[in-house]
Amino acid sequence: MKNNPVIIDLKNISVSFDNQKILNNINLYIRDGEFITLLGPSGCGKTTTLRIIAGFLQQDSGDVIFEGKNINGVPAYKRQVNTIFQRYALFPHLNVYENIAFGLRLKKMKEKDIQQKVKEMLALVNLSGFGSRKIDSLSGGQQQRVAIARALAVEPRVVLLDEPLGALDLKLRKDMQVELKNIQQKLGITFIYVTHDQEEALSMSDTVVVMNNGEIQQIGTPLDVYNEPKNAFVADFIGESNILDGIMHEDFSVEFSSISFKCVDKGFKKDEPVDVVIRPEDIDVVAPDMGMLKGEVTSVTFKGVHYEIIVDIDGFKWMIQTTQKSEVGDVIGISIKPDEMHIMKKSEYSGLYGDYSSFSDEFDELSET
Amino acid sequence: MKKTTLLQKIINAPYLLWSALFIIAPMIMVIYYAFTDSAGNPTFDNIMQIGDYASTFMLSISYGAVATVICLIIAYPFAYFLAQSGVSFQRMSVMLVMLPMWMSFLIRTYSWLTILGESGVLNRIFGLVGLGPFHMLNTGAAVILGMVYNYLPYMILPIYTVMAKMDNSLVEAAQDLGSSKLHCLRRVIIPLSVPGIASGITMVFVPSVSTFYITQKLGGGQITLIGDVIEAQFQSAYNYNLGAALSLVLMVMILICLGVLNYFTDSDDDGGVVI
Repeated sequence: MKNNPVIIDLKNISVSFDNQKILNNINLYIRDGEFITLLGPSGCGKTTTLRIIAGFLQQDSGDVIFEGKNINGVPAYKRQVNTIFQRYALFPHLNVYENIAFGLRLKKMKEKDIQQKVKEMLALVNLSGFGSRKIDSLSGGQQQRVAIARALAVEPRVVLLDEPLGALDLKLRKDMQVELKNIQQKLGITFIYVTHDQEEALSMSDTVVVMNNGEIQQIGTPLDVYNEPKNAFVADFIGESNILDGIMHEDFSVEFSSISFKCVDKGFKKDEPVDVVIRPEDIDVVAPDMGMLKGEVTSVTFKGVHYEIIVDIDGFKWMIQTTQKSEVGDVIGISIKPDEMHIMKKSEYSGLYGDYSSFSDEFDELSET
Repeated sequence: MKKTTLLQKIINAPYLLWSALFIIAPMIMVIYYAFTDSAGNPTFDNIMQIGDYASTFMLSISYGAVATVICLIIAYPFAYFLAQSGVSFQRMSVMLVMLPMWMSFLIRTYSWLTILGESGVLNRIFGLVGLGPFHMLNTGAAVILGMVYNYLPYMILPIYTVMAKMDNSLVEAAQDLGSSKLHCLRRVIIPLSVPGIASGITMVFVPSVSTFYITQKLGGGQITLIGDVIEAQFQSAYNYNLGAALSLVLMVMILICLGVLNYFTDSDDDGGVVI
């Protein structure tokens, strides 16, 4: 994958609607055969980026390069990319077979070849025998499969997926994630996937592009963006994070909560203010006097696999995920290994995220949708 | 199917009464008159006379068909571009399309007399550049014009409604798969707007076929359509029985036309406008 040639290169892409900047200087290259995910909250510009690649939207400035050729101004129907739409966008007046054959007929393929291809595609998405069914007689999951088959039938070089699983229920979504990933690996086609679901992004992608406010925040492998978030926004958006104000006194020594700790990061200026990210699952609960820090439990929520507890340590509310049960009001100690403290440079997002003092699950879910 | 409660029955009652009084009762009366003579004895004489009016029926259907086709040719592109344009422009245009409907149909038709007449507005304009006067009033073309003018909004609105509701991602999906603008129009937009077209055709064709006022004013008695014949039976000949028989046959013929139309445009799409 790493050595594959670049298939799409976005250079300095900017777009505004009504004087509002939607994309601000996006630079991104995508390798052939890569599964890349644009991840971010709604309004971050991920769908706009996809629409520019598809050719539905023209950027105000910047270039879209496809295999070394500038394709600015090339209309959608002449681009070798195909989109799988959020609401499937299947043609309701055509049956399943004709939907999948739509693009093939435009290629002036022989009827016999079309038949063969449609059959092949229906088998690929596990819908063999559904050819003569009407679109509105299919379930949401089946419609999604038809949409996938329709886009893949024309053998695009790049498939664009705009939150394709957003309308499906959780169980079906998980199954389709696996299936999509399998299809992508089997065909070796480049997938550019847009989602706001960080779990989906982490589990499916080769590369994750985290976006916010029309800018790319971080590009990296799922492991990179989870373990080495570049700023407080990324740390907060991907998984849960406790983000504390800290000072990097010298290499391998960071101070937060008024105590200096050993860490594994280096290369900062002397006494540089930093953000310290500590994932809730990396924190061990210990006896109060055994811990590096101690505080009082203010909330305990059972999550199935673990408990999610909120601990007040010197006024900062930490989130901890642990299998050990605590009660509200207990005083506990916490222990963090040096390699589990991740140090980030200060950014525009510092101080905005990572404190659970106003934490509420319900609010979190609302803001995601 | 839920059982209707007493409350629902009470709420439904006025509508049922209305339908019975103003739709079903007149229908029964039309059928009764059509199959009786002036003394009230049952007879098939009225229906047997219909043959005399066969050419008038054909003429009416031809006029209605021509007016409908012209309306469709004007309305479809108009509705298409309207649905593509900005929201505020759409709202204003729809208002303008409906605006003439606020005025009496009689007055609107009458006003064409002053436009098309021998010394009307158009001929005066032509006169300024040394042309004419043209004989425009009391022609078949004037009648068609009257039909198109009066019924055009009924063609535009249902087509526009279907187009405005159409999911734009369908058009994008078609383009995405390699469909050019023209191909997309032919293979996606037109098929999906069929329910609107069918509604529009019905709403223009039916009143055009049965009109009598437009022919009287703009045709000046030169063109007699079936509506005029029926009107004459009631208003001057006082032959209610023949009038009823003609109405009945006209109704059946329109139903057959619409049946044929529905057969060809049948799609259980939910984008349609119910009439």
